[in-house]
Amino acid sequence: MKQTSVLSGAERSRRTSQRRPLQSLRDCFVAALLAMTLLASCAPVEVSAPAPTIRVNADTSKWASIPAGEFHHGQFNEMATINYDYEMMVYLEMATINYDYEMMVYLVTNQQYAAFINAALAEGGIKIDGDKIAGFYSGDEFHGVKHEERIEAGDWIYIPLNDPSLRLNSDGRTFTVQSSWEWHPMTMVSWFGAQAYCEYYGWRLPTEMEWEKAARGTDERPFPWGDEILRENANFYASRDPFEDMSSFGSRTSPVGFYNGNVYDGFQTVNSASPYGLYDMAGNVWQWTGDVYEGMHYRFMRGGSKDTYDMDLRLWVRNNATPTYFSPGVGFRCAR
Amino acid sequence: MQFVKDRFNYLFGSTKGLILVAIAMVGIVTAIWGMLSGPMAEMGVREAVIKTLGMDIVQAEREGRIVILYHSIAMAIIAIETYMITSLLKMKAFFKTAINVIITAGYILTLTFGLVFAYFGHNWIFHGVYLFGLSLIFFAGLLLIVALWPWNPETYITDKDYARTKKGVDMERVAFFATAVTTVISALFGAVPGSYYGHGFETTIVLNLGVWGVVTPLEPVAHMIIYVGATPSMFAALLLLIWNWSKLIREGTAHLQKSNFIQKLGALVRDPLKFGPTWQMLFMNFTTSGIGIFMAIKLDEIFRVWPAREERIELTGHWHALSAIIATIILLYYGDMIGLKGKVRRLYGWAILILSDIALAAVTIFEMKRLFIAEAVQQPLVNGLMLGIDFGLGLLLVLLATVMVWRLIDLFKPKGRWAEEVTHELAQEVMK
Repeated sequence: MKQTSVLSGAERSRRTSQRRPLQSLRDCFVAALLAMTLLASCAPVEVSAPAPTIRVNADTSKWASIPAGEFHHGQFNEMATINYDYEMMVYLEMATINYDYEMMVYLVTNQQYAAFINAALAEGGIKIDGDKIAGFYSGDEFHGVKHEERIEAGDWIYIPLNDPSLRLNSDGRTFTVQSSWEWHPMTMVSWFGAQAYCEYYGWRLPTEMEWEKAARGTDERPFPWGDEILRENANFYASRDPFEDMSSFGSRTSPVGFYNGNVYDGFQTVNSASPYGLYDMAGNVWQWTGDVYEGMHYRFMRGGSKDTYDMDLRLWVRNNATPTYFSPGVGFRCAR
Repeated sequence: MQFVKDRFNYLFGSTKGLILVAIAMVGIVTAIWGMLSGPMAEMGVREAVIKTLGMDIVQAEREGRIVILYHSIAMAIIAIETYMITSLLKMKAFFKTAINVIITAGYILTLTFGLVFAYFGHNWIFHGVYLFGLSLIFFAGLLLIVALWPWNPETYITDKDYARTKKGVDMERVAFFATAVTTVISALFGAVPGSYYGHGFETTIVLNLGVWGVVTPLEPVAHMIIYVGATPSMFAALLLLIWNWSKLIREGTAHLQKSNFIQKLGALVRDPLKFGPTWQMLFMNFTTSGIGIFMAIKLDEIFRVWPAREERIELTGHWHALSAIIATIILLYYGDMIGLKGKVRRLYGWAILILSDIALAAVTIFEMKRLFIAEAVQQPLVNGLMLGIDFGLGLLLVLLATVMVWRLIDLFKPKGRWAEEVTHELAQEVMK
């Protein structure tokens, strides 16, 4: 291999000293660039900064009816039918749909969840346990599958109380919603907390298949509203909605039902309801689903969120986590 | 006509020409398709590229498109590595020519027809040609295995300075042979389920089960097998690094009677193209190997507790960093191979090292951020890291483009650099 010429020590030192002023300038530039990057990276984030006060006027008590029938599911549009055996908690393959069901038109809001906590605390069904609210869950059957963890009957976390991302305040007895967050989806809630909310009112979390049909209808669309996604369709990462500030706290939740075709603070939304009229079935927050799969302690989420790119908003995309997981980007809605 | 013929012979008939073509192809694909995701998508560049080039993007086909894109880039890299092997190791001229011709046709067909199929409407003939290209590369791999057979007495070595068995079997050749065999087997593992899931050929179920039948009994000890294989590999890399750095220091301080630490350090980093490849191997420990081992040890505490999406981000960063660092090592070797000198050599070498390492360090922090920062407060950090990644990779691509334009201009010169490289073989250079 050809070598570069070898300079004598003196010659190299002479050349080095000649380059010094330029080198110093370059070093200063690189150091300044690095310092600016580091400073920008370490800028404080005010997590509890209020959201823009935008009232969507969503009727959060509304339910959507989804009729029995076949539908396409998954990325490859398999024809499937829902026949879920609630005693066995399994899907029966390719059976005929034998029930209609309903799902909430809107995600459960902070206000709704605060009301649930207050009622359940008063009744003694749940409790404040140190830095969290916890409640009873009857446990899962353990199959001893590799990596499966036991979910025993007992008290499990619903929400953390020491995390600044929680949009609820408490005086130790009563919970209220922080100003401007009333109509935003409830987040920082574990699967146990989501499941308990639905169960408290006599409902349940939707199964994955129910969720997917409610989002998709009976055709092969990848998004609840159709084939393509615009920034005006949903709240996703860097979608430039009025609630995000990418130089500070990043993407944040939008009020439930925000993408309804109206203009808010000069931001034109597109009506992005699913074929059955459900809102926020893509983006805003991941939604817990109710399936408990054999040999697996993980729970599954659907819909993508404010923190994900548009590809995760495609309605067959799944996310999963342990049932104790909570995040500013995870919420839920109920089915019945 | 002679003008075109001479250039064609250089580009497709010489080792350095073939490597240049493959690097140019990868560079073009990376520059264009890199604009379709991440921050480029956020800034709206993706939409502009899609519209300008008339791409046909169907939401449901994203994963399929990416599979084809990554296969296309990977096949060009495989081709570059193969050219280096056929140029460096002794083999019959027939094999060398056949392997180079077949793999060149294979990766060009794979890359061209694969990307056109995936991104510009689905012409299934193009998909067929894409698969044909992959098959050619597989066939070239089989030929390479035959050509590299280490127990051929004609390839035995007698020089005791080189690793060999008592009989004279060249251990370096054995290593290349083993790499070729395992790569071809790995390709089979990918091809069998790929053909099943891609086309639903029922008959491949049998083959598929066969593959799993081999793998499944080993599954409980799979991690142990990986550790047993990886540990000596990493140890060998460490030995290479020690040998290389000692050599650079020894040669760089030869003119001094006694050298101090600063002089030794100066000698070590004097030539970025000699120092760079092993530095990148060391840096790989911070961006890939070290992270991998850490995650493997903490699997139950971290990986299995993180939500799937965080896991995906970590893995995506991990494998992109690994691929990118290998690409930079190839670029450093390439700069050395084409004999860059003086300031250009230093600028090229240091730019690759500094820019890629800034980007890769930022990727590493990004993928591991959940260990030390909460989601709610991560945005400023993410912004800073994205700046580092875009700055590093963007300027690296500009540098690569500059080199490619320079080589393109060179091709128009009657006695350009290309004319000197037509007959050069890498083996000759190693002997120097």
